[in-house]
Amino acid sequence: MTDLKFEDCLTRLEQIVGALETGNLPLEESLKVFEEGITLARHCSRYLDDAERRIEMLVKDDGGVTTTRPFAFEAEDEA
Amino acid sequence: MVSAERSVLTVSALSQQLATVMEERFPAVWVEGEISNFKVYGSGHAYFTLKDEGAQLRCVLFRTRARRVRFEPRDGLHVMGFGAVEVYAQRGEYQLVVELLEPRGLGALQLAFEQLKERLQAEGLFGPARKRPLPRFPRKIGIVTSPSGAALRDMLRVIGRRFGEIHIVVAPARVQGDGAAAEVAQGIRELNALGGVDVIIVGRGGGSLEDLWAFNDEMLARTIVASKVPVISAVGHEVDVTIADFVADVRAATPSNAAEMVVKEKRAVVESLADLDGRLRRGMTRALALHRARLERARDRRVLTDPGRPLRDLDRRLDDARARLRQAALAAVGRAERRVALAARGLRTLSPVARTVNGRRALTDLHGRLERGVHRLLDRSRHALGGAAGRLDSLSPLAVLGRGYSLTRTPEGRIVRSWREIGAGDAVRVLLHEGSLDCRVDATREHDDRPQV
Repeated sequence: MTDLKFEDCLTRLEQIVGALETGNLPLEESLKVFEEGITLARHCSRYLDDAERRIEMLVKDDGGVTTTRPFAFEAEDEA
Repeated sequence: MVSAERSVLTVSALSQQLATVMEERFPAVWVEGEISNFKVYGSGHAYFTLKDEGAQLRCVLFRTRARRVRFEPRDGLHVMGFGAVEVYAQRGEYQLVVELLEPRGLGALQLAFEQLKERLQAEGLFGPARKRPLPRFPRKIGIVTSPSGAALRDMLRVIGRRFGEIHIVVAPARVQGDGAAAEVAQGIRELNALGGVDVIIVGRGGGSLEDLWAFNDEMLARTIVASKVPVISAVGHEVDVTIADFVADVRAATPSNAAEMVVKEKRAVVESLADLDGRLRRGMTRALALHRARLERARDRRVLTDPGRPLRDLDRRLDDARARLRQAALAAVGRAERRVALAARGLRTLSPVARTVNGRRALTDLHGRLERGVHRLLDRSRHALGGAAGRLDSLSPLAVLGRGYSLTRTPEGRIVRSWREIGAGDAVRVLLHEGSLDCRVDATREHDDRPQV
């Protein structure tokens, strides 16, 4: 579940809500997707709460391998 | 006549003098005309003719000079060439050795832009089918631009304002000057290789056509096309259009605009999530209510409230069929009787004239036919009766006796359905699939050992 991208979660949640709203699902299926929907909604909220601001810059080390380091503006040379 | 002292020049000598005159007179000249017969040889040198309505001029563009020409010279283009006139004595020709070639009308950059655009378009690289949709909620955004540029500052400001918590990876690249295109392309490749990047913004702030030129590079365009991660181009201002804009999955008018496209406002996302959550719960409540209502409707149906109903219906159908069968049989017998009576009357009217041998034979014959007719008729009726009885049998609840059920009846023939209808000591007749049993009841019980429903 945690591997799911936020977008996939949200899309699946939208599908579930849509299906549930049509009222055509058998009861067992309704309960099953409802449970899944609740889990997805919780997962999405947690994603929004947990996401952190991170800005990095790609750099090459001496061996030519690309890594990242925290980004900070260089000189304030432009407005 | 001509004097004996002729001044005769060799071809070489004349050519030499012509060369000197011409090359001294035209060491550096601008010539304007239309290109024709343009051809590049294996050596990399290009040969062509410049012409106008009245004349033609052979031209050569050596490889080292050709590399500096920013557009693709081709037939029909109106150009200005700058260079020296040179005599090519071996062939008795003169030509312009072109140092510079510029398109007339459009600038060279503009022309090069148009030509590359045309070529990539013909390859289908601008087609809408190629364009990938942007992820709605990217987790990790790659940005290829100058790390010190205003464009990056603008994008980070927009992203921070809308949705602070997001992961951004900047691939630093020079965005103008020689080598800029290669650095931008390298940045795109590195962000692809990094993994986890959901979308890449490639861009820079506004500038002159020359400043933005890196984004009209063919190699960069092909790198954008090859990128596995969707690419947004955000070059210059709204009015600036580059090749990168055409091949990117999405073109943003400005870098800030690109950031707005990629990052939704967090508030809106939170709200839509809350909305979905509410709808999910309401949907479930409604689904439950719906199923409950269905259950109640089903419970109220006659089948469950009056289980004896289908059996009574079957009884009625059986009675109907029985009555119809009886009627049909009676009618058949009646018809047969009428025909017999008719034949007998005919026989009697014949008898007075049947005193002869012939008459008697005819009578015997008639009698035989009559008998056979009646037999046939009876056979048919019996057959019809058998069929009807068979159908009746299949309809009869008695057919289930074959499966081991039995019917219990009072001596009056009433079917016993409940223990209440019978007392101990009463006589009953139990109808089996084969035969019947006359029984006397020992005791009655309200419950038996069946599993209770």
